[in-house]
Amino acid sequence: MKAGERLRAALRPARQLVVPLLAVFSAFVVGVLVVALAGFNPAKTFAALLDGAFGSWYNFTETLVKSGPFLFTGLGVAIAFRSRSFNIGAEGQFYMGALAVSWLGVAIKGVPSIILIPILLGAAFVAGGAYGAVPGYLKARIGASEIVTTVMLNSIAVQIVSWIIKGPLQEPRHFYPETAEILSAAKLPVLVHGTRLHLGLLIGVLVAVAAHVFIYKTVFGYQIRAVGSGPLASEYSGIDVKRNIILAMAISGGLAGLGGAVELMGVTWKLYQNFSPGYGYSAIAVALLAKRNPLAVILTALLFGALATGANSMQRAAEVPAMLASVMQALVIFFVLAYAVYEEGFARRRSNRKRGVDRAKAGAADTVGGAGASND
Amino acid sequence: MPAMTESLLTMTAITQLLTSTMRTTAPVLLAAVGGLYSDRSGVLSIGLEGYMLGGAFGGFVGAYYSGNLWIGLLAAMIAGALLALLYAYFAVTLGVSQAVAGTGLVMLAAGGTGFLNRVLFRSSGDFVRITPFQPVAIPGLSQIPVVGQIFFNQNVLVYLAFLLVPVTWFLLYRTALGLEIRSVGEHAKAADTVGLNVTLTRYGCVLVSGALAGLGGAYLSLAHANTFIEMMTAERGYMAFAIIIFGKYNPLGALGASLLFGFADAVQLKLQIAGLPIPYEFLLMLPYVLTLVAMVAAGRTVSPASLGTPYKKQ
Repeated sequence: MKAGERLRAALRPARQLVVPLLAVFSAFVVGVLVVALAGFNPAKTFAALLDGAFGSWYNFTETLVKSGPFLFTGLGVAIAFRSRSFNIGAEGQFYMGALAVSWLGVAIKGVPSIILIPILLGAAFVAGGAYGAVPGYLKARIGASEIVTTVMLNSIAVQIVSWIIKGPLQEPRHFYPETAEILSAAKLPVLVHGTRLHLGLLIGVLVAVAAHVFIYKTVFGYQIRAVGSGPLASEYSGIDVKRNIILAMAISGGLAGLGGAVELMGVTWKLYQNFSPGYGYSAIAVALLAKRNPLAVILTALLFGALATGANSMQRAAEVPAMLASVMQALVIFFVLAYAVYEEGFARRRSNRKRGVDRAKAGAADTVGGAGASND
Repeated sequence: MPAMTESLLTMTAITQLLTSTMRTTAPVLLAAVGGLYSDRSGVLSIGLEGYMLGGAFGGFVGAYYSGNLWIGLLAAMIAGALLALLYAYFAVTLGVSQAVAGTGLVMLAAGGTGFLNRVLFRSSGDFVRITPFQPVAIPGLSQIPVVGQIFFNQNVLVYLAFLLVPVTWFLLYRTALGLEIRSVGEHAKAADTVGLNVTLTRYGCVLVSGALAGLGGAYLSLAHANTFIEMMTAERGYMAFAIIIFGKYNPLGALGASLLFGFADAVQLKLQIAGLPIPYEFLLMLPYVLTLVAMVAAGRTVSPASLGTPYKKQ
């Protein structure tokens, strides 16, 4: 192996970072432009954003706390993606997990934390998983677009929550539209005194590692990936495509449900309207930016946590609407998509040159560049 | 005599319900007919919700600053078409996953309209309103008992939505352009081989879908709520997407399905006002549940063969 090649091999993992980093950078550049065009001071705005996210030890811990929901929902969406299923339903699944915990976390009395917490997390996984399995089943069995079904299930979940917090699960005084605070045994312990860092974040990192092992090191994960890279080929090689789509959607929903539980048990302790400001939708950007890799989701969730924390302080300090964060999340999606296509075209051109393919052929191959980027 | 009054009352109630159905149908129908162009040319109309939101906001901004509803409609079409242009670049030119790009587009429209709404209108704190489109009675026809009230005493956008159905049907099935659109959607490669411009056709169809769905959104801000409310489309764009499938990718099917949705929405509204002992959240759920049921009932509908597949010249 020549030195140049060895260097290139060593740099290969670094090359994986080019598209995500460029995408985030570009989204920020556009964000600055938008802020300037809207008549705000961009320097002041982004200083407030950075200060809010990283300006002090406490702010940084808040960023970590905020990244929790992005982590779980992002992992969920990433796993569904692996089976070529597009789970936009993380929002509803997140709510279902939270709903299960807001009920059981009050109802199961007299049980110590060490038993209660695993029960609640398990229940949330099942609730979210069931809510994800339904669109998975409809997709696998009758070909119903999971995009439409999950979006509808999200709206239904929001209405169910809106009803339940004023109905069956309303707090005992029937004054506020929210559920009762869960029992203290159900609350996730705080890890660092003086912050809101809770056990759920640690659980999130462990779940990310587990998801990584599941996807890359188990037969189930292998089959899900096979279905994702080629349903027809998988079918011929004897993999049950339908079962794997349902399985991937159920796990995906389970992880999102777990996210709802962790947020409730670690941060809010009760369920109310707008409990999720759209974590399930942001999760799509989180998963795409991580190239659907569970371990990378840890990093992208952190970034989105920083953006969310920063956006709030930006709104307070510079009076720029925090909605800017949603715009930037959407921009991240578009930039990731575009740069992936450009990168592929670029790589193809270079490998063609290396192989000494004649110019005409290389030119023809260039135009194919983008086609492969679909859903992969 | 009491029986007479009662039947009169129910007759009025039914007329009201059907009149209201026409109005609740219009925005979804505009989006669904628009989406048909995109779908039939082979590009998934998954971004309809985003175009609608863009149209609702663009239409309101245009009407508010010009004081003219028609300029509002123009602005709504431009807003929808601009969002559609962005989507077309990704779906047609770059050939990325249309599901992902379409969802990204909806997020961009949701965040963008929310952000701009707060920048432009929320500083004062109170709702800014416009004078909405009023019903225009069609001379003669509107005098017909019951039918006149239901069909011929509506605002212009309702007329436009329903007129677009036969127009689209004729265009798709009786003109050379329609044949071209359908060919590109069925078999892009064959269409290309016989000399049709796949890229141009698809861009055109996606832009038309954006402009029409933009009008559907403008209906909500300019003829219904009289203001812009964040996320006011409430997934109607996704319902339109489902309606197209449920209507078997045909304008007449889309009309039938849209009417079904409009009717459910009108019933739901009426029940809310009637104050039944059902929590209103369950009534609000109705259109979403209906969409799920429609998706299940549609089953494996035969879609245009090239739908969702980007095309690259070899």
